[in-house]
Amino acid sequence: MAESQTNIQQDSTVDNLIKDLFRTVRLNKGFNIWMGFLSVSLVICLYAYYIQLRDGLGVAGIRDYVSWGIYISNFVFFVATSLVGMLVSGVVGLSGQKWVTPLTRIAEIIAVAFAAVAGLVIVSDMGRPERLVNVFIHGRVQSPILWDVTVVTTYFLISLLLLYITLIPDLAYGKDHLEGRPKLLQKLYDILSLGWKGRKAEVKILKKSTIVMLILIIPVALSIHTVTSWLFAVTLRPGWDSSIFGPYFVSGAFVSGLSCLVIAMYFFRKNYKLEDYITDFHFDKVAKLLVLVSLVYLYFNLNEFLVPGYKMKKFDAVHLRELLAGEHALLFWSVQGLGLIIPIILLLIKPFRKPLPMLIIGIFVLAGSWLKRYIIVVPVQEHPFLPIQHEPSNFMVYSPTLIEILISIAPIIMVLMIISVLAKLFPIIPVWETVVHKGLIKDETEIENNNHI
Amino acid sequence: MEDESKNPKPKSRREFVKNIGLIGLGGIALGSSLYAAKHFEEKKRGQNVKLLTADGKLVEVDLLDVKQLDVDRLTNNQERGRKGIPGKSWVMVVDLSKCRNARKCIDACQSAHHLRPEQYHINTLQMKDTDRTPAYHMPKPCQHCDNPPCVSVCPVDATFKRSDGPVLIDNERCIGCRFCIAACPYSARSFNWFEPKDAEKDKDLVYDVELNVPQKKGTITKCCFSADRLRINQLPYCVSACPNGVYYFGDENEDAITNGTTKETVRLSKLLSDNGAYQLMEELGTKPRVFYLPPKNRLFPFSDNTENEKKS
Repeated sequence: MAESQTNIQQDSTVDNLIKDLFRTVRLNKGFNIWMGFLSVSLVICLYAYYIQLRDGLGVAGIRDYVSWGIYISNFVFFVATSLVGMLVSGVVGLSGQKWVTPLTRIAEIIAVAFAAVAGLVIVSDMGRPERLVNVFIHGRVQSPILWDVTVVTTYFLISLLLLYITLIPDLAYGKDHLEGRPKLLQKLYDILSLGWKGRKAEVKILKKSTIVMLILIIPVALSIHTVTSWLFAVTLRPGWDSSIFGPYFVSGAFVSGLSCLVIAMYFFRKNYKLEDYITDFHFDKVAKLLVLVSLVYLYFNLNEFLVPGYKMKKFDAVHLRELLAGEHALLFWSVQGLGLIIPIILLLIKPFRKPLPMLIIGIFVLAGSWLKRYIIVVPVQEHPFLPIQHEPSNFMVYSPTLIEILISIAPIIMVLMIISVLAKLFPIIPVWETVVHKGLIKDETEIENNNHI
Repeated sequence: MEDESKNPKPKSRREFVKNIGLIGLGGIALGSSLYAAKHFEEKKRGQNVKLLTADGKLVEVDLLDVKQLDVDRLTNNQERGRKGIPGKSWVMVVDLSKCRNARKCIDACQSAHHLRPEQYHINTLQMKDTDRTPAYHMPKPCQHCDNPPCVSVCPVDATFKRSDGPVLIDNERCIGCRFCIAACPYSARSFNWFEPKDAEKDKDLVYDVELNVPQKKGTITKCCFSADRLRINQLPYCVSACPNGVYYFGDENEDAITNGTTKETVRLSKLLSDNGAYQLMEELGTKPRVFYLPPKNRLFPFSDNTENEKKS
């Protein structure tokens, strides 16, 4: 807090600060080109999905034995990454760490985008997507899928509410600071701000509801990834049949979510010229947090592989040999090394906690996180209890098809679109909270006066 | 009517319409009653028909008492498919010492259920338990577990456990999530990744849960213990097709079990205890309904029988 404050000139008034943070709310050519590019890519991917709808799920590489492929690993990755909203705003924010303020909105936008799209990812894996409604008509509470649908929807709604509530004061500021922006945007700000005036009573309600949301989001976020891990852990298959899958997945989710946050931080800082707000200090702090969660994840990895590896029970042994020394060994060790162990070591060294090295490390960790989901989902199914015999060769080994890869890219494009649009429509750094935390407004009663300038 | 229309009174039009309406109504009533009477005349008491009830009994009723039930045949099939045959508890016994991998069971099954060659409700696997024990062929249908992992995880109750034993699937309800494939330790389930083999031919068939035909794109298919055959008191397709006497099938409650090839009926409990029967991976707690008799005293050498595979 103290360090970041030095980056701001002390004489900058509240008005200047607000103006500065509203700078990014502007549709420009670059944004239009970017969105155009994303839209065209999305259309191509959706065409691939059309082919899948027309011809059947068989256009993907999945077959009777490996029947969950990259659609499911993508789904797990999406749910995992969305947990960063809870980690940054909930855990870190609630513990009174004020430095995290400029990062909360980025984290919440990531959470909303990934949680919203996760539901679509799972639909792309369904053989009869048009029967989705059966889940509500004939739903059986015994099935973890029902639990997953419930908690992911809840998490999405809470994340959206949290994002919105913390945005209300900023929307009110927007009324005076959106000259030259489209009329429609001004109108949107006006409606969404719900007539916020910054009165003492309003601030009280806002703070209270924010805290309620932050407390609520923690168990819900924990449950979304725990339940997602149970989709695997409730089966009898060696490699999935594990009692630590819940915490193993949750700790892994923090790693993938934080690496996504690092990449987003770097991007927004650079493109939106927010060097004064997202400083080296923030990167340093996030790096330390990433080290912490990575160490926890490493600990769970050790448990997950070392304990069955020590015993080498009949069916576990087949799976572990393939993973650690067999067909998937290269992928497994690359992911563990480049995506987890080396990043931990590097981030312990100070020069690597600067923005650019962090970006590169973040990309490695994020890619590793995606591939780790693949390692968890796919190899287990290649070695069921009973041998795979009298089947065509494409039933024995799984390899994703081009159509399948395109369909898996579609949700990533959608996430980028949601993040881009939200980051364009609203200030990416919480304005009001920054003003309050910087001490430019001392007290709730003073806000009332300042708001009338 | 002519008079009515000439009437110059202002109220006349309403009056006229009213009368026309009355006449019309009367006409319809008369006509329909005549028609009904004629219809009634055609049917006389004493004409009996033989009918098969839903639980498989043959009964005779008077034609006049037969009411056309306005039920959707699909809904009817779906409802019936979920009701077990009362008092029955079906089990299968597979004698591994007799299996020569003729694969006739697979052919019969795949043709009954309109499956593609790579879709197995029953498959024969070459097994070798240890380095020192010889290899043997193991027919592997769905184990119709009494504690079925696939049923537990199904989000929509598409796959279900029936009171008489079989685990069935309603492919009109299945959403194609394949959680059951992930959950099944016996790899007993198959999926319709593309349009099924006989999609065009089966277009007009009404779906039968007990046979799982027609197959549907994007849904699961699995061994039904030939529930449609059990309904009419017949042995399953695979059991009757075996030339080598591998399969026994019967009712646990009666403690009687019939060999599909020799049609010989024996005591189930005696067959199991005399031969050291076991269940496939019973340590998983799935409680299978298929029992295996160990591959002992085989009077023929083990062969790959790859020519049989090519044929099938």
